[in-house]
Amino acid sequence: MLRVNNLTKKFGGLVAVSSVDLEVNEKEIVSLIGPNGAGKTTLFAMVAGFLKADEGEINFENASIVGMKPHQICQRGMVRTFQITQPFAGLTTLQNIMVGAYSNTPQTISARKKAEEVAEVVGMTSLLSQGADGLTVAGRKRLELARALATDPKLLLLDEVMAGLNPAEIDEIVKVIKGIRDRGVTIFLIEHVMKAVMNLSDRTYVLNDGKLIASGTPSSVAENPQVIEAYLGHGAAEAMAEGA
Amino acid sequence: MSNLRRHLAFLVLGALGLIILPYFISSRFYIDVLTLIFFTAYLGQSWNILGGYAGQFSFGGVMFFGTGAYVSSILLTTFGFPPIFGIFLAILGGAFLGLIVGYMSFRSGLKGSYFALITLAFAELLRVLANSVEFTGGGVGLFLTYAPGLSNLQFETPVGFYYFALVLMFISIAIVYWLEGSRFGAQLVAIRENEDAAEALGIDTLRCKIYAIMIMGAMGGAAGTFYSQKYLYLDPPIAYSIHLSVEMLLVTIVGGMGTIFGPLVGAFVLHTVNEVARHFIDTPGLSLIVYGLILIIIIGYLPNGLIGAFKKKEKKSGSNSLDKKRSREES
Repeated sequence: MLRVNNLTKKFGGLVAVSSVDLEVNEKEIVSLIGPNGAGKTTLFAMVAGFLKADEGEINFENASIVGMKPHQICQRGMVRTFQITQPFAGLTTLQNIMVGAYSNTPQTISARKKAEEVAEVVGMTSLLSQGADGLTVAGRKRLELARALATDPKLLLLDEVMAGLNPAEIDEIVKVIKGIRDRGVTIFLIEHVMKAVMNLSDRTYVLNDGKLIASGTPSSVAENPQVIEAYLGHGAAEAMAEGA
Repeated sequence: MSNLRRHLAFLVLGALGLIILPYFISSRFYIDVLTLIFFTAYLGQSWNILGGYAGQFSFGGVMFFGTGAYVSSILLTTFGFPPIFGIFLAILGGAFLGLIVGYMSFRSGLKGSYFALITLAFAELLRVLANSVEFTGGGVGLFLTYAPGLSNLQFETPVGFYYFALVLMFISIAIVYWLEGSRFGAQLVAIRENEDAAEALGIDTLRCKIYAIMIMGAMGGAAGTFYSQKYLYLDPPIAYSIHLSVEMLLVTIVGGMGTIFGPLVGAFVLHTVNEVARHFIDTPGLSLIVYGLILIIIIGYLPNGLIGAFKKKEKKSGSNSLDKKRSREES
């Protein structure tokens, strides 16, 4: 469904993303993990059309989407959420979600109906009339999810929707994400919360210093010595092996 | 739903009131003041669509007014083209200018104060151009003849112009009323609140902003025809006066940006304050100082305008961050 080849982005002398290849298949939940500064969000930004790639190909449903604007990519069925939530602060929750729903219908009534449906899916029904600026962190993360979902995407790019949530809130949003997948939406997510990554993903890619260092099932990746070193520092894998 | 119906009833009553008002006012002065209020409210509403709803502040809104005024006036003086049709070409001219200015500035990503300044520059550029080319009459200006009649959009009594301005204002309110409930309006507001998020959710932000400035341009164009047919004289400093650019944003900010009645309320309050100050204060210039002081007080204490102050009483939660954003813009 989504295929990325040799994707590269440089900021001056810094190579933020370095010839990355990856693939997301239909109905999968694929996660992208890696230490802070590994280039995950940059990669997402390129895929969603917010940043221009220096090199490489991005194919979505067998067509190149390089050079397209974010709204065009959204209309093709791929939508992203933001790591730092970007609510329409002056609007209510309902109005926020309706903006997403309007991407498929010019009618206010059907946009409202769609927004109410989506709110139900993500569990925000009781917050619909509340101002978006009054939402808690968990509420804002959900709102990001809801707005994106309201555009009826085929592929959803979720950028750390669990960061800053407490364990109970994480359990809830994991359930929501599984529910979204069961409705036929493919999901590609960046996440730091390992419990959720293990629980949710069919496959995982690991990014470190802009390069992919591992991929596979979450459990195989978690045991990969290179991955352990990327997170815990040089020699950590050996130390852990000795300890065990 | 019943809320909406009450709203509508209120609207119809208010409109009827304004329609029959001239039958109770014999003073030419009050009719003229009201005409001016409607005219400013109308221009404020055009600014409101781009500034209040789409969040793109312009400092050169007068450019559409001036261009529309020149389009219909030149057509009239040179070709004898009747203004009743000329006003539509003025509307087209304004919209086309909006397309050019919008495409050039939004395409290159101009936002905030940069966009405001570029619109100011466009208006000034047009003023200088109008001064130096021949067909605008240059610095001498254009004189229109007074020949009352609907085809000339001129009227024998001030009441005629009162209704002309009132119709323009009704149309502008209808446009914004439609905007409030439409997808396009929601998209403009989304752009105002967060352009990146709007783009991510499938909104063609460039196109929406260009449409918004074209609507503003079209409305300004019609205002130009109104003005030149009423005052029968046009020269570059009038057509492209910074004063008018400021006035249209002022009435909207004072009344309440991004609201249906903000520009009307703002125009009414500011004109009334202005007239009252002029009436009671004889010392030259002092009335302007009083006017300025009142302006400072309104903007300083009511960052959401007069309408915003009323709304806040109704519900306490809501557009907090917008308050902050606005007060930052204004400070």
